[in-house]
Amino acid sequence: MKERNDDYTNRRQHLKNMTDKELKEYFYKLSDKIVDPLVDLGHKYTSKSIERSVLLRMGFSSLEAKAIVDLLNEHNLLRKGAGHCVYRVSKDKNLSIRDAGISISEGEHIEYLMEVFNNNG
Amino acid sequence: MDKLKPNQKLDIHHILKDLDKYHPKKRGWVWREQGDIKLRGFTYKQASPSLKNFVPLPSSSSLDGIDPQPDCVVTTEIASGRFEDDIRRMRMAAYHGADHVMVIRTAGQSHFDGLLEGTPQGVGGIPVTRKQLRAQRRALDLIEEEVGRPINYHSYVSGVAGPEIAVLFTEEGVNGAHQDPQYNVLYRNINMIRSFVDAAESKKVLAYANMAQIDGAHNANATARDAWKVMPELLVQHAINSVFSEKIGIKPENIALSTVPPAASPTPDLKLNLPYAVALREFFDKYKMRAQMNTKYMDSSTREATVTHVLNLLVSRLTSADIQSTITPDEGRNVPWHIYNIEALDTAKQALVGMDDILGMLDLKTDGYLYEKKREIQERAILMMEEIIEMGGYFKAVEAGMFVDSGEYPERNADGISREIDGGVGKNSVIARDEDYMAPVTAHYGYNNVAQYDENAKDDPAKLIGGSTFECPEKIQFIDELDDSDNVYLRLEETEKYRDSKWLKPEVEWLADGTVTVDLFFPIGLKIAQEAAILAGKNMNLKDVEVIHKEVLHPSEGTRIQIKGKVNFDIDMEALKIPEEIKTISEDEIVKYVKDNPIKVIAGTGGSDEHSVGIREVLDIKHGGVEKFGIKYTYLGTSVPIEKFVDAAIEMDAQCIMMSTIISHDDIHYKNMEKLHNYAIEKGVRDKLILLAGGTQVTPEIARKYKMDQGFGRGTKGIQIASFLVNQHKAMKLNEN
Repeated sequence: MKERNDDYTNRRQHLKNMTDKELKEYFYKLSDKIVDPLVDLGHKYTSKSIERSVLLRMGFSSLEAKAIVDLLNEHNLLRKGAGHCVYRVSKDKNLSIRDAGISISEGEHIEYLMEVFNNNG
Repeated sequence: MDKLKPNQKLDIHHILKDLDKYHPKKRGWVWREQGDIKLRGFTYKQASPSLKNFVPLPSSSSLDGIDPQPDCVVTTEIASGRFEDDIRRMRMAAYHGADHVMVIRTAGQSHFDGLLEGTPQGVGGIPVTRKQLRAQRRALDLIEEEVGRPINYHSYVSGVAGPEIAVLFTEEGVNGAHQDPQYNVLYRNINMIRSFVDAAESKKVLAYANMAQIDGAHNANATARDAWKVMPELLVQHAINSVFSEKIGIKPENIALSTVPPAASPTPDLKLNLPYAVALREFFDKYKMRAQMNTKYMDSSTREATVTHVLNLLVSRLTSADIQSTITPDEGRNVPWHIYNIEALDTAKQALVGMDDILGMLDLKTDGYLYEKKREIQERAILMMEEIIEMGGYFKAVEAGMFVDSGEYPERNADGISREIDGGVGKNSVIARDEDYMAPVTAHYGYNNVAQYDENAKDDPAKLIGGSTFECPEKIQFIDELDDSDNVYLRLEETEKYRDSKWLKPEVEWLADGTVTVDLFFPIGLKIAQEAAILAGKNMNLKDVEVIHKEVLHPSEGTRIQIKGKVNFDIDMEALKIPEEIKTISEDEIVKYVKDNPIKVIAGTGGSDEHSVGIREVLDIKHGGVEKFGIKYTYLGTSVPIEKFVDAAIEMDAQCIMMSTIISHDDIHYKNMEKLHNYAIEKGVRDKLILLAGGTQVTPEIARKYKMDQGFGRGTKGIQIASFLVNQHKAMKLNEN
């Protein structure tokens, strides 16, 4: 930012007649405005770390989770959810969740997943 | 070792055994039980029940050993690089009142893309891993039983692996966490979009686990040139993280603002810090306050740091603190040592208890300087938020360098921290979720199309897989070690000689580290004094001598230097002669007994001995002598002939003779003891008299050998003699009956 002298006295004109209560309400109104778009981002996006955290919760170790997520990311499948991919393989190939995940980490079922999800759009 | 005992060391090998099968006892944050407590006739208002096992403040020895606990949770930060040694420090800290133990992460962990495993040694902190967390939580589960109060365990959910760490913390029973995406952005240069996307997931997990969350705003005043000028911005940073967290789902009562009084004396401390503290607590009254102590203006003086911290505690008591954090007074010079964690905890306990109910006696003014300054800080914060929105939102404002500018907003000095929206670690790494995106787990934030598989699993996505690790901890995969050249087993092996053996070495942080400090004064200026101190250390056979503190008393008359160094000897505890300890009973018990059973003492120095200082100390009420407990004494003076003691006792109907004997030439003190005993027999009163000998050369063993009932050596306190007298008197009465 450019240098700027303290112009607080001029800037505050619209605040100076507010009561303490009004000031606080206004503070939270502004907070909402700043924060809402950030919350929205969290709703719509995911990341490798989020996907690994999903796999941890599904019972994979950190090393397994990393291997699965890296591979799915290479094939642009994280937009479907890493947990989703494991779940789908488990369901369709009649494997346990752990076996499904480990086999994905070894490179299996990737083509199957690409096919299923591309068909589904 | 299912239970810890105060007289037993904690066994680290036991903690590490079968760790793969251990699961924490509980989840979630615990506040202290609060309310009035009464101790020794005092009523404390901002208080919490005393512990089951504890070490009270030193002065408590004059107050029946009471240990009143303040109402707020008290934090200590422990992370020396070796988690196994930190466990012992945690136990000591719990005895001194800590119920929130924070673990600092090793340098660089926040840039590690994933979880670390095993137990490598850390730098400036420890690598936070599943094994390390589980071991420390297991130890804390035992320690909290021992002290009788839950202990909150805490570390950091930040960096590029935040969501995974949040899951790990939930699985391993961590109770609190720092989580603030702004910290990633400003101080770790992690991409801002990634930081907020990850933070949403992390916060959702923290909310599920009912953890307390602490934000990172206080880092701004540690970074800015004049810390107090960022006060308006601090309000903005607190608002962004708190409101964001609440919108994700964390309950306001679990959202804590990390607030540090930004200034320190010699600034007019309270004039800067108090209005800020009031402004903050007024705007954020639905959240919790985690009051941290100032680190920005710390040098190597532990005394100066302690005074700053006491002023910080005053601000806490004049406003509020739900969690009172402590900073060790040595943080300005090294990674904290054991003793300074304890000093900081004692400082907090002493000051908080000492200022108990201060606002029951004082009101803060609601007009004049305090009000105007508070309002000004709030208005400046609002003006900053208006400009952030005008600029196009948070990301644009960060990019423009709006944050951590050294000017007090709206003043700008063009030195803020600027980050690019598509720059930093982890840039362009977020992925948009497709319409059929799905994650079959508990506590997942945001869009999650579970309904495509099961409409009924919408509110419980983990139902699809029969429960996640949060519901079924047996599904957690435990990794023991990944590095066979850097792990806890190797470190334990190196120091095994000193673990539960006869060998002992001084220590500041790690078992047998051998580090000692020496405090020196030289009657000369700083430059020469420093070099002289290093040479002095070498001449004392210390290795790795370093100056850790220097203070000029006068430019030419004198300098104080503290050095540290390492000793290279071991102490064989079996070769030590440990003086026998005289057991004491409580003052009240003694007073009550003596009231019902009057005890009279004949006292003096025996033979040709003119030394009377010692015996007066244990007799007079003024020095806490036996008189204090209602015991009456007749002092015969100095150089009292041995026979006279016994004759006087018979005449006055006394139950005890206290003979002081200092001179040891020609073993005269032993001879006098025997003479006293023999004369009492001769007079037929030995079984009616308690014979005590005292003096600098007297030990209990020697005195008893020469037929005394007990002997008291150097440093004896009146209460020890009074306790012995009461117990002996009771025993004599029993024999009579």
